[in-house]
Amino acid sequence: MQLHYLTAHQLHDMLVSKQISAEELTRAVFDRIEQVEEKIRAYVTLTQERALNYARLVDKARLAGEALPLMAGIPVAIKDNMCTKGVRTTCASKILYNYIPPYNATVIERLNEARTVMVGKTNLDEFAMGSSCENSAFFTTCNPWDTNRVPGGSSGGSAAAVAAGETILALGSDTGGSIRQPASFCGVVGMKPTYGAVSRYGLVAYASSLDQIGPFARDVTDCAMLLNVICGHDPLDSTSVPYDVPDYTAFLTGDVKGVKIGVPREYMGEGIDPAVKEVIKKAIDVYTGLGVVVEETTLPHTEYALPAYYLIAPAEASSNLARYDGVRYGYRAKDAGDLVDMFMQTRSEGFGAEVKRRIMLGTYALSAGYYDAYYNKALKVRTLIKTDFDRAFEQFDLLLGPTAPVTSFKRGEKVDDPLQMYMVDICTLAVNLAGIPAISIPAGIVDNLPVGLQLIGRPFGEGDILRAAHAFEQNTDYHCKLPE
Amino acid sequence: MISIKDVEHVALLARLTLTEDEKQIYSKQLSDILEHVHKLQDLNTDGIQPTAHVLPLKNVFREDRVGEHMPVDQVLANAPDRQDKFFKVPKIV
Repeated sequence: MQLHYLTAHQLHDMLVSKQISAEELTRAVFDRIEQVEEKIRAYVTLTQERALNYARLVDKARLAGEALPLMAGIPVAIKDNMCTKGVRTTCASKILYNYIPPYNATVIERLNEARTVMVGKTNLDEFAMGSSCENSAFFTTCNPWDTNRVPGGSSGGSAAAVAAGETILALGSDTGGSIRQPASFCGVVGMKPTYGAVSRYGLVAYASSLDQIGPFARDVTDCAMLLNVICGHDPLDSTSVPYDVPDYTAFLTGDVKGVKIGVPREYMGEGIDPAVKEVIKKAIDVYTGLGVVVEETTLPHTEYALPAYYLIAPAEASSNLARYDGVRYGYRAKDAGDLVDMFMQTRSEGFGAEVKRRIMLGTYALSAGYYDAYYNKALKVRTLIKTDFDRAFEQFDLLLGPTAPVTSFKRGEKVDDPLQMYMVDICTLAVNLAGIPAISIPAGIVDNLPVGLQLIGRPFGEGDILRAAHAFEQNTDYHCKLPE
Repeated sequence: MISIKDVEHVALLARLTLTEDEKQIYSKQLSDILEHVHKLQDLNTDGIQPTAHVLPLKNVFREDRVGEHMPVDQVLANAPDRQDKFFKVPKIV
């Protein structure tokens, strides 16, 4: 029996019935890491000793008859842009290569309260800027389905770790598709919650009005369980929304009869690989067979999402990344003359090419004379994009389409052309601009590579998304497919 | 079109030093990206309110009370250079 490929809810049952101990489970995951990590390279930092200590404490508590949370003893991997007290947090950047946070992100506190076991910190595109993990300053993560291909990004390490059995669950962050797109490329479940549903306290900021932390899992039930742990208001994040968090597993009834799903024609048009489109059409047939009403709809401003995103996100990034100045933490250039010289050398040596590109773009868009033409214009277009979704949700409960226009591509294929790389996110960006929730679930295999189906919901409509995703999963077996 | 001079100006604003090669590359790549985003100008946005963030929240206040704070040594633990209880930086002028 391969423990490392089971789901959290299966493992929970085995832990509770004492078939296995948390320590055994943790060891099984680290054995698997030992076996495949050389090929996959999902982790920037592994925290084996810490993990075993946590697991032993869970086992001790269980033996003592203590009441334990549902997720106690379950291994979780964390994208390396979330602060972990005492554990290096690098954002896969040279500028933070030695940063050891003195505090935990709120999601880490919640995972600790839930008694989960952190496996390590996963690789990403530097500061979450990228779609392939190739922008990591340290190394590139490989797709477990084909190690010549990218795992997607920016949360590529978390997605690859779940797909390769190097963890059971993982957290990522999604600013323009950074959870959903790698989930699609690696054949796992990945969800971006509503903006404000999960605290961003301790998440290293990229574009603060778009960033959101979310789960990676092997199936929808695990995704709902992890969502239960991380969602909820946090006074430490002023953009965190006070709301009653439901038990998301309660939505997994299998009953979707009468649900209305819209398929935006813009998500099935030009630029989408025909083989991907076929997979999505088959998924629509599955839903129709379950009594779901599926109709075509439109999000007329979809083509403007990419240009709006690539003004808004870099503008916010240029401001957020001003804090890396070599004064309080991280890398500092040696032998700089005066203070400004030190700032400039530190930043030039510390940031990679894509990060500099986005800082430059954002600085330009915010600079005198261009603010109205670029940044403010993009914010107005953002309103139009959000209104598109509002209108669609007057008619439909959910929207459906591909997560990405393509399956995983080969390493090096798009690195020299930033615009080509940005295009990989055309199906996911608008969701972040509108602040609404969406999931990617495995929906098919094309040429031995997974294809993700995206379901988009109303603000705080995570439950409806999970219900529909779960119903699909109950009637297909794509989520059970494993890379060789 | 972003000229080399524009690139140099923006780099200074962003506190980045670029090599001659980088200036050439960014001049071309930023021009390409801006040409693409120029598409936004096709849309009439007269009378449309900008959306800076999507939340219905406004003015999130908390009580102004002294709370616990991090010990100085912990705050300074990541400092590239320090002296006593201070971050140390190169000369300013």
